[in-house]
This record gives sequence, structure tokens and C-alpha cells, in this order.
Amino acid sequence: MNSEKNIKPVLELKNLHKSFGDNQVLKGFNLKLFEGENLVIMGKSGSGKSVMVKCLVGLIQPDSGSITIKDQDITAMGQKELDLLRTEIGFLFQGSALYDSMTVRENLEFPLRRHKNKIDDFQGTEILVKEALENVGLLHAIDLMPAELSGGMQRRVALARALILKPKIIMYDEPTTGLDPITAKEIIQLMRTIQNKYHTSSLIITHDVDCARVISNRMILLVDGINYAEGTFEELSSSNDPQIQAFFKN
Amino acid sequence: MPEANSILSRTKSFFAEIGDMTFFAGRFFREVFSPPFEFRELLRQCYNMGNRSFLLVGVTGFILGLVFTLQSRPTLMQFGAESWMASMVSLSIVREIGPVIIALICAGRIGSGIGAELGSMRVTEQIDAMEVSGTNPFKFLVVTRVVATTLMLPLLIIMGDAIALLGSALVENLKGDVSYLLYFNQVFNALKFSDIIPATIKSVFFGFAIGLVGCYKGYYCSKGTVGVGEASNSAVVYISMLLFVIDFIAVFVTDIFFEI
Repeated sequence: MNSEKNIKPVLELKNLHKSFGDNQVLKGFNLKLFEGENLVIMGKSGSGKSVMVKCLVGLIQPDSGSITIKDQDITAMGQKELDLLRTEIGFLFQGSALYDSMTVRENLEFPLRRHKNKIDDFQGTEILVKEALENVGLLHAIDLMPAELSGGMQRRVALARALILKPKIIMYDEPTTGLDPITAKEIIQLMRTIQNKYHTSSLIITHDVDCARVISNRMILLVDGINYAEGTFEELSSSNDPQIQAFFKN
Repeated sequence: MPEANSILSRTKSFFAEIGDMTFFAGRFFREVFSPPFEFRELLRQCYNMGNRSFLLVGVTGFILGLVFTLQSRPTLMQFGAESWMASMVSLSIVREIGPVIIALICAGRIGSGIGAELGSMRVTEQIDAMEVSGTNPFKFLVVTRVVATTLMLPLLIIMGDAIALLGSALVENLKGDVSYLLYFNQVFNALKFSDIIPATIKSVFFGFAIGLVGCYKGYYCSKGTVGVGEASNSAVVYISMLLFVIDFIAVFVTDIFFEI
């Protein structure tokens, strides 16, 4: 959807390497995410998708390679600059990662405590929290504890929390894993709605083919720590390469 | 030979862990004095630790005073020294038994709780979520808890000591016909600041150790739910050991300055 020649990527990974002991997980992975794009990274379990996305937000230090987000190299950043940059990124964790000692309201208020000044038209915490919950259709759950919510509801609240600082980039780590097919479809629909409403760039880590088909503008297949193939869903799903075909077979 | 290797590797990993804990403590001291300060979370932790340990410490202290007096009475009676009961019990409880027993109780109640809570936050990626949202999880979770235990433990110990003396007074009143007024007069005649101050300073270190080790074990927890159990369990073991080491050092130092 974007011509790489004239559009600068909002996020770029170059030659990323990461090992854990003798286990080499990423062996020179490259990636470019353009503004407004939904880029899906597909790979088998244990292929290094989650490690890659955690490197992107500074949770794991890569062994080598560069990570540039909005023209800033995060591997060379101090903690304060990194924290500030992180407010530009929303992150949806695989297991939702809601703070279980806090209510839904407190979960959503948490990122605002330090960074409310980052929002241009800040009208108060309460308004922002309610707006974020309305976006995911869970305003009625505002005073519930995470343990009182179903898996799908937890994922929606986590999505609302990821959106509360109005980030420009959203990263989804296995957004539909562990959900029933109907709830998974609802979450995918919600991701599309949010992308249309806030014009965010999204990086989606998944092995759910349905999710990739519905949401992706472009896909990268991660195999053995490298970009094995890249293209649109249609291009990749019609490939004759057996390794690529294996991803699309039910 | 494999046994010798196993002992060697366990000794190595033990000292490596002590080294990691020292770095962890160093990071605590760097972060505790730098803004932003999480006062709201600190107050919440103080309330949780102080208020929720109140009953446990109170009951333990009361029984401690009761049992200690009941057990000591026959021996003192043999020497006709019942009148020394208040002095003996108060000095023993305030200087040594009260702080150590209550700190051990708090190691089980607070230390394991912190280890399990932070451990489960680690394995469910809540700590990562905090970091990604631009909040320093070390400051929010670790600094507040360590400061809270350091502040709360001396208060809990002072309260526990007072309740233990009340238990002792009850036994003396029922068994020896000693009035409460006389008993507490004897207690305050026996106690000096040189007994109370070193014990209070010692309990500050006890609180710091409980918070620091509990946080360390939880913060670096791994291996899923099994790891959470291990974090909680090993936090109590390490804290208990550390409490006795601190107690030994405290008695040694007190002896130099106050000549016990």
C-alpha cells in the first residue's frame, strides 16, 4: 500500500539479532512499518515473534541491529526518553496483562498518571477513561475487577488501556489467542474500527490466519529468525512454496 | 565427586544471588531519592502491611508475653526472685524476643506476600505492561514496598512488644497478685533508652530486609506458576536467615556502644 521510496517508515528494524544462550532466536530480522498500515507478522510458536516485539518496546535488549521508531534509535536511548517514546506506542499483551489488584477504571487511569500532559486536548481523566471504554463497548464494566471479566472482556479492556494515551503505533501480541472464534472475530472487528477511527499504524503478531486475512495490508512470515517471505495476504496465500503454504493450511 | 560438584555449584549460585541482591539494593537506593515519588502507592502499601498485620502481630505478641511469663515463673520462684519478673520479661521482650519473633512472623506474612504478588505480576506480564506504559515498575512496585516495610515494621514491633508486656502483666496479676500499675512501674524502671533505641534501629533493618528480599524474589521470578511458589517460599527462607544475621550484627554493635 505504500511506496517505500517516498514514504518514511514510522518504525524500522534492521538486521536484528537476539540469542538466549545457544538458542539463536532472531538472525537478522528486518521490518518496516508505514503510517496507517496494518502489518501482520506470522510465524510458528517459538519462532521469535514475541521476542521481536519485546525488543521493539525495549523490554528485551537485542544483541545487535537497530530499532528506529519515529526517527529515534531506541537502542541508544536513556530511560527517560524511552519512557516518553513508549507513550506513542500502545501494546496489547497476549494474556491481556491487566493489573489484577486494580479495578478496570484504575487500570485505565494508570498510564494517565504520568503522561496526561502528553494528550493535546486533555479534558480530564474520567472523560478519557469513559471514552476508551466506550470504544470497546465496556463502559458498564468500569468498576469491576479484572477477575470478574471474561477472557474476551479482559482483552477489550487491555485494548482500551493500550489506546488511552492515543498512541500512533499499536502492537498486538497474539490478539486472538485463547479466545473462542466469535469473540476472536469481535476483537478483530474492534481492531479495524480503532484503526479507522484513530488512523494508527498497527503491528500484529499472530498465527491466526483469519485474523491476518481480515486485518492485514501486508504480511511478513518469520521463519527461523529471518524474514522468510513478505507480501499481501493474497500473494502469500497463493504461493506454491511449501513452507509458506504450511501457514495457510487449516 | 558429582556431589562435590553439586555442592560447589550451589554455593556459587548462592553467592551469585547475594551479589544480585546487593545490586538490587543499590538500585533501590538510587531510585528512592529520585523523583517522581509514588506517595499514594506508598500510603496504600503502608496501610496494607500495617493494618492487615495488626491482628496477627497483636495475637502473637499477647501469647508470647503470656507464655514467656508462665514458663519463667516457676524458675524465678525457686530463687525467690518473682519480683524480678517484670524487669526480666520487659528486657527480654524489648531487646530481643519481641523484635525477632515479630519480624519472623512478618517475614511469613509480608515477605512471602510480596514475593507471591510481584512474582505473579511478573509471570502474567503485568510488570512488562507497566514498563511499556512509560511507568518505572521498580519505583512503583519495589521502592514503595521496601519503604513501607521499613517504616511499618518498627511500629508493628513496638505495638507487639507492648501487647506482649500486657500479656505478661495479666499472668502476673492472676498468678502473683501483682497490680497492673506496679507491674508497669517495674517495667519502666527496668527499661532504659539504651534498651529501646538499639531494638528500634534493629527493627528498621529487619523491615528493610523483609521488603528487599521479598521484592527481589518476586521481581525476578520466572518459570510460571511454579516460579511464583518458589519466589514466595525462598523469600521467607532468605529473610529468616537474614534476620538472624542482622540480629547478630545488631547485638554485636550494641554491645560496643552500650555495653549490654
